Amino acid sequence: MRVHVDPSKCQGHNRCYALAPELFDVDDLGNAFELNDGVVPAGLEDKARLALANCPEFAISIEE
Amino acid sequence: MSETVYGPVTDWATDFDHGSPAYAANQHKIWDDLKSSGCPIAHTDRYGGTWLPLTHEMVHEIAYDTDHFSSEGPVVGQLKPSEVPDRIGAPIGPVPPISSDPPFHAEARRLLLPAFAPKMIDPWREEVVAICNELIDNMGTADHIDAALQYSQHIPVMVIARMLGLPVEDGDKFRGWVNLVLSGIGEERTEARMAQFEEFNAYLAFHVNDHIENPRDDLISFLLNAEIFGEKLSLEHTVGTVILLLIAGIDTTWSGIGSSLWHLAGNSVDRRRLVENPDMIPAAVEEFLRAYAPVTMARVVKEDMEFHGVEMKKEDWVLLPFPAANRDDNQFADAHIVQIDREANRHAAFGLGIHRCLGSNLARLEMNVAIEVFLKRFPDFSLDSSEVVTWSTGQVRGPRALPFVINARA
Repeated sequence: MRVHVDPSKCQGHNRCYALAPELFDVDDLGNAFELNDGVVPAGLEDKARLALANCPEFAISIEE
Repeated sequence: MSETVYGPVTDWATDFDHGSPAYAANQHKIWDDLKSSGCPIAHTDRYGGTWLPLTHEMVHEIAYDTDHFSSEGPVVGQLKPSEVPDRIGAPIGPVPPISSDPPFHAEARRLLLPAFAPKMIDPWREEVVAICNELIDNMGTADHIDAALQYSQHIPVMVIARMLGLPVEDGDKFRGWVNLVLSGIGEERTEARMAQFEEFNAYLAFHVNDHIENPRDDLISFLLNAEIFGEKLSLEHTVGTVILLLIAGIDTTWSGIGSSLWHLAGNSVDRRRLVENPDMIPAAVEEFLRAYAPVTMARVVKEDMEFHGVEMKKEDWVLLPFPAANRDDNQFADAHIVQIDREANRHAAFGLGIHRCLGSNLARLEMNVAIEVFLKRFPDFSLDSSEVVTWSTGQVRGPRALPFVINARA
């Protein structure tokens, strides 16, 4: 599984970073990006889906 | 609370008044009735013409459409932006960046984003914990308290005053100006009110000048040194941003904390769950933000246009009721039920699009800590049925009187 934050949609709500800090980080402006090229380590798939389901801007996508 | 200058509302679909006490008290029912009667967008001639779209889809669409909707007037007033004397117009607006439009907006916002990013806000946690505990210590051993007057209203003021570099002891003044600017939108424009605005401006001018003469490590000094497009910010820009940070950071979070505590006072099952499982508080706070989102923003129509079958006129106001979007069944399962362990929760309490609340990380920190500390110190409390809960009017909604009985303390 891979996750991706679309930087043109992310507005820095920081929901993904709060819910899944293993998968996402934020820059100095507070905008999010995926860690590890978006590769989701085994066992963290639910956290990736949770982050997607909580992004107000629909900025996160998942490739299964 | 009194009626606005426009008098009592006769019909919510064609004559609504979002500044009226009836709207503050019954807004969830008003939205439901409007939507079930086939009216997803209400209109009023009040405030010179105002629209109220109610679905998540419409609110999302308008928030994203900066080509047709300007942020020049984020708070609906009795005067249109073009009627306000000496006003700074689009794309800057009077209180940048919340009042700014692209492309100026992005630059004005980028200046401020680092100061409110998670890595700068998280270190404030201990300070907020100390503030909350001190407020509870000050309540002594009283069994009857007012959680709005003695607790929620103080927390954001003390933090933002310190961040800006304004005297913390001026909290009462700040709250007075917040009421003036936000809750009093429908009140008569009397000389006394105008004098209060004058006093606010004089206060700001004094403190900004003091920072020019005595620079220090705070946000006002930061703004005075900041540059945009290679030049120092204008004094109007600096003062406008100070007004924004002061006003926007106060009664919004005060409302969010108050509404959350109000819910917990009336729902003992939820309260007990959080007392026993404090690690559930962050998810519960998100649900309180969804169900009781305090803030509605406004936009101004740039040119005559059609929107979902209605004819909007140039300079009409359009409200963005994020609280109504958050209760849209097409976006949220069982939107009307408060589920503190809700998993999928892409609520819009902090707005959508380029104007996402700049202070959302700070607001979330304050809400989480305020609820955590309150539940720890008062594991059992309920609404005091001999007193009345009152709600603020206007575009920021939250309890302004919150009488509680404390049944247990720790």
